[in-house]
Amino acid sequence: MSALLEVEDLRVAYGKIEAVKGISFSVEAGQVVTLIGTNGAGKTTTLRTLSGLIKPLAGKIVFDGQPLNDVPAHKIVSMGLAHSPEGRRLFPRLTIAENLQLGAFLRKDSAGITQDMQKAYDLFPILGERRNQASGTLSGGEQQMLAMGRALMSRPKLLMLDEPSMGLSPIMMQKIMETITELKSQGTTILLVEQNAQAALSLADRGHVMEIGNIVLSGTGRELLHDESVRKAYLGED
Amino acid sequence: MHDLPEQLANGLILGAMYGLIAIGYTMVYGIVQLINFAHGEIFMIGGFGALTAWLWLPDGTSLMVALPVMVLMAMTCAILVGIGAERLAYRPLRGGPRLAPLITAIGLSIALQQAIWAFYPDAKKDLSFPQFEGGTVHLAGISLQRGEIFLLVAAPLCMIALAVFVSKSRTGRAMQATSQDPDTAKLMGINTDRIIVTAFAIGAAFAAIAAVAHGLKYGQVSFRMGFIAGLKAFTAAVLGGIGNIYGAMIGGLALGLAEALATAYMADVPGMEQFGGGAWKDVWAFVLLILVLLLRPQGILGERVSDRA
Ligand SMILES: Nc1ncnc2c1ncn2[C@@H]1O[C@H](COP(=O)(O)OP(=O)(O)OP(=O)(O)O)[C@@H](O)[C@H]1O
Ligand SMILES: [Mg+2]
Repeated sequence: MSALLEVEDLRVAYGKIEAVKGISFSVEAGQVVTLIGTNGAGKTTTLRTLSGLIKPLAGKIVFDGQPLNDVPAHKIVSMGLAHSPEGRRLFPRLTIAENLQLGAFLRKDSAGITQDMQKAYDLFPILGERRNQASGTLSGGEQQMLAMGRALMSRPKLLMLDEPSMGLSPIMMQKIMETITELKSQGTTILLVEQNAQAALSLADRGHVMEIGNIVLSGTGRELLHDESVRKAYLGED
Repeated sequence: MHDLPEQLANGLILGAMYGLIAIGYTMVYGIVQLINFAHGEIFMIGGFGALTAWLWLPDGTSLMVALPVMVLMAMTCAILVGIGAERLAYRPLRGGPRLAPLITAIGLSIALQQAIWAFYPDAKKDLSFPQFEGGTVHLAGISLQRGEIFLLVAAPLCMIALAVFVSKSRTGRAMQATSQDPDTAKLMGINTDRIIVTAFAIGAAFAAIAAVAHGLKYGQVSFRMGFIAGLKAFTAAVLGGIGNIYGAMIGGLALGLAEALATAYMADVPGMEQFGGGAWKDVWAFVLLILVLLLRPQGILGERVSDRA
């Protein structure tokens, strides 16, 4: 059986600067795969390319058996690929409920949408309590919960999370990681970009280490967690 | 302060017209951060569309019967030009340097004026626009031209319809999302190109209604009519807080009132005698614009730029 997402020799450039220089990886249904790496490695660029926000220079993206290269960004979510972007990117002047509804923008089953909103409120009770509050007024952690909830509203086959723990307190970060673990246990397929390598590798089935546009190391989460170079570079050991 | 109620009514009528045109500036700006300087000409094209419909209708058609046809024709022409401008002039420049679409807009504005001047029969001079017969009507002690009643009915209806559309409809919600964060809107599955076209179309339709009102009020259309009206409506949009549709409405009304009151009463202010009357009426809008830019650059309802995500 072929993987849910297959990326082959993907190259992406901003003008003349190549930010992703030919990477290949795949995500199997049910897996959590993580991309880790330092600032500017090209992780966000990779996710934005998968979502169609940036056109790749070369390479192949196949999702659920269909090539994504020429699909415009607004059609990708309906194929089952959801993206919770770096920096959360909520619609700040819309309420929590409205943000969630936008996550289900293309769905027509209003009963299912209502049900999924309830699920999001069950997953993050604070969102339910504040559902009519403008999302721009939420704390960083609450915004991250909403960003994840919004991405889930499309009932994705693959959920892409870009640095969900960015800028959060240790407690909030732990809460977000627990949520990802819970989503995983429910069978959600996740492509997780993280700077917090320890947390990401601990829960990932597979991991890839990116450095200046290349994947320099791949393995299971456990293998990378115990890899000496990874421990030195990303887990602050020497 | 003689005839104050009359002047207030006058100001509200002017203001409603500016507000209707201002919607086009503010919606487009809110979504693509573009000042569509050709919007005044889209308004002008609406006026010519309405006149064309009137000339096509058989002689002796009453204006009451003709008006809906004229409005429809005005909207069709303005929307076609508005959408055409977006497709052919602005869309190819999207993502490029910010100055490029601005310069294109100014060029387009001149090109549209010249096209009407050159190709519309007799448009080198002002063309007369049909008028309601039967003089003024009196309403609660205020005398109104019959043509002004059209605006007093149309403007609030348009504004309410727009407010409901933006806040309640699916497309309206998508519009809000696109204006707040276009890339993320795409991630939600929103076709942002289509939203942008919709914004241009709504702006053009509102400008067309204002153009019909303008024609009825002043009894003429001209290829130059979009310049001053456009500039004032732009001022109204900035005054209210550009990007905010309620701001456009409020800014328009504030501007119309300021203009009417200044024109009527400035001569009574000690030391300002020489600034009274109609000769200065186009100046007050810009005085107000400069004051707003100095004192409250974000406008009446605008958010500080840092509030934008
Ligand atoms: N819009 C852009 N225009 C030009 N260069 C860009 C743009 N966005 C990113 N880059 C460059 O591309 C490279 C990869 O950036 P990217 O944001 O993908 O890295 P990242 O791995 O997500 O980093 P971080 O961990 O800091 O989020 C960087 O060198 C960055 O400067
Ligand atoms: Mg990044």
